[in-house]
Amino acid sequence: MKSGGLHFIDEFRDKDVVKKISREIKKISRKRISIMEVCGGHTMAIHKNGLMDFLPDNVTLLSGPGCPVCVSSQRFIDHSIAIGMSQDVILTTYGDLVRVPGSVYSLEKVKGKGVEVRVVYSVLEALETAKKNKKKKIVFLGIGFETTAPASAAAIIQAEKQGIGNFFLLSAHKIMPPALEKLARGETQIDGFIAPGHVSAITGYGIYHKLTGLYSRAVVISGFEPVDILQSILMLVKQIELKRFKVENEYTRVVRPEGNLMARTLMNRVFKTDNAEWRGLGWVPESGLEVSDEFSMFDATLYFNVNVPDNESPKDCICGEILTGKKKPSDCKLFSGVCTPVNPVGACMVSSEGSCAIFYKYKP
Amino acid sequence: MKDTARHISIHHGNGGVRMKALIDDIFLHAFDNDFLNNQSDSAILPVTGKNIAFTTDSFVVDPLFFPGGNIGKLAVCGTLNDLAVSGARPIYLSAGFIIEEGFNIRTLERIVHSMAKEAAVSGVKIVTGDTKVVNSGKCDKIFINTSGIGLIDDMHLSIGSGIRVKSGDKILLNGPPGEHGMAIMQTRGIFNFKSNLKSDCVSLSPLIKRMLKASGRMGFLRDATRGGIATVLNEIAGKCNVGLEVDETCIPVNTDVRVMCELLGFDPLYIANEGKVIAVVDDSDADDVLKVMHKMKTGKNAAIIGEVTSDHKGKTVLKTSAGGKRILDELVGDQLPRIC
Repeated sequence: MKSGGLHFIDEFRDKDVVKKISREIKKISRKRISIMEVCGGHTMAIHKNGLMDFLPDNVTLLSGPGCPVCVSSQRFIDHSIAIGMSQDVILTTYGDLVRVPGSVYSLEKVKGKGVEVRVVYSVLEALETAKKNKKKKIVFLGIGFETTAPASAAAIIQAEKQGIGNFFLLSAHKIMPPALEKLARGETQIDGFIAPGHVSAITGYGIYHKLTGLYSRAVVISGFEPVDILQSILMLVKQIELKRFKVENEYTRVVRPEGNLMARTLMNRVFKTDNAEWRGLGWVPESGLEVSDEFSMFDATLYFNVNVPDNESPKDCICGEILTGKKKPSDCKLFSGVCTPVNPVGACMVSSEGSCAIFYKYKP
Repeated sequence: MKDTARHISIHHGNGGVRMKALIDDIFLHAFDNDFLNNQSDSAILPVTGKNIAFTTDSFVVDPLFFPGGNIGKLAVCGTLNDLAVSGARPIYLSAGFIIEEGFNIRTLERIVHSMAKEAAVSGVKIVTGDTKVVNSGKCDKIFINTSGIGLIDDMHLSIGSGIRVKSGDKILLNGPPGEHGMAIMQTRGIFNFKSNLKSDCVSLSPLIKRMLKASGRMGFLRDATRGGIATVLNEIAGKCNVGLEVDETCIPVNTDVRVMCELLGFDPLYIANEGKVIAVVDDSDADDVLKVMHKMKTGKNAAIIGEVTSDHKGKTVLKTSAGGKRILDELVGDQLPRIC
């Protein structure tokens, strides 16, 4: 860009550096390999910057299940709506979630029809809403991984400290390691993972050792700028070509080997793990975060006794296979015809970090 | 009768003495011109030339005052800009006000004065108007509608339709995108950011007048408001059935806008503006137009950001700063801050 240069960003978008890394990848890459970018933020950066142009044909990128909105199950939306129908409830949520289809309706469709939905930019805003509306019950729809879960945990601890009894969390928070393991054991060929940078900032390197050791997969923790991603791909290609699998960190300006201990302590205090349903991956053992017994008074699941019937996924929607790298958005019958960002059928078309929405937006 | 009330009451809209006092003291005082002062049911306007451009727009904005402007300035500039980008020279405006009972009269005065000031800058007269007062809760403080009349020379008649846009034409932008949208967001206090950012709200009429003087081969003009410059670029590609190729590194940048956008995960190309124009100009005139733009305050950061091509018709392709290429698509829904 012309002026207005920003440190720690512009260096990582340098055209010449991008070209240099691209040449290096093309020079050393021999095998036909598949690399999965786990995080939706990476998928977004790859397409927004046109990075596919810099990779040789034998390197395929697969989009993973790292978009918080996309992996939230249809049942979670139905559950949210059912709670929202209860008396004096205000649902608060991150904006992307309101357009995700449940089995019949999305939050957007029921908004104003007996359900009050407010978009917030952080969970602390939801907590403020609770303080200002003492006669209402404020339910925060908690989605996301190790990145957003600590914030939800902090909000609950604040609610307890300040005696805010009308704040509740409906948690669809999830953790990455069990999902990554399921992917590594699955049918799809994944030779290496571009590991999620911001999740790693919380977890540190520890969660990836099983992938490199037990499953012989390459892992590189990556930042989100073009140079970060290409450099990570180069590091992955080297590991795969040499069959020397280890956890490497490209995102050293943010991620430390031990991660963020304070955030993990908060999470461990407020949450306990349980089996969780992921759109795409199905039920994954011990991958969900439920509110722990100590803080059960803030658990919306326990407070609101609502009935959520089981419903089938929409016909022909292959979000599941897309989220596991088995198929690309363009393989879906519904893609860009029936399912568009204006009329999304599956969650992958809703979120700005969903593979289908990204393919729709940036593919010529 | 001098009205000493400090707030608008429902009686200010009842057609009686208090309404007359409001019109005299606030509106006639600020907009002062012979056509309006006549206070007839219609303004009778002398018009020379055979092509009249006529447009209307309504303005509702929260907050009413923001860094770089207010609803009044916006209401005048918005309509003037719609006329200017049609290739017209704006001459007359109307102004209609819907005011909520209880509205502070001093605030109304400030809004009206900035309307008068902005109209004067562009040499335009506000010649007719209307005031309605509604009960408390029936509108959000104040809504303003403005309509405008301008004159177009024959040679500029095709600018509105863009039929002369062709492969090889250059695409010009007068300054960094996103200032209005981000200034509004910042004023609303949603993100707890502080910066010196100001809305770019301005009348583009004087700038466009000079641009049209510098080139008789202006293919298309459009002010980029809601949906940002990306929306206008897509509109040009679709409407004129051409492809556009834009170089991200050539797009001027406001650092504050960029910082906020990077933090939130927004793309400034989709953020609203109120003082940005995209021009499609014949290749041989592009440098001359750019030169006159640089001499004006509203165009001092102008740049050639891309060109028209016969490839990928209907689409805009962005050459990214990293050296890749991608489609610059239309915006669906609002941009939302990234979750993590």
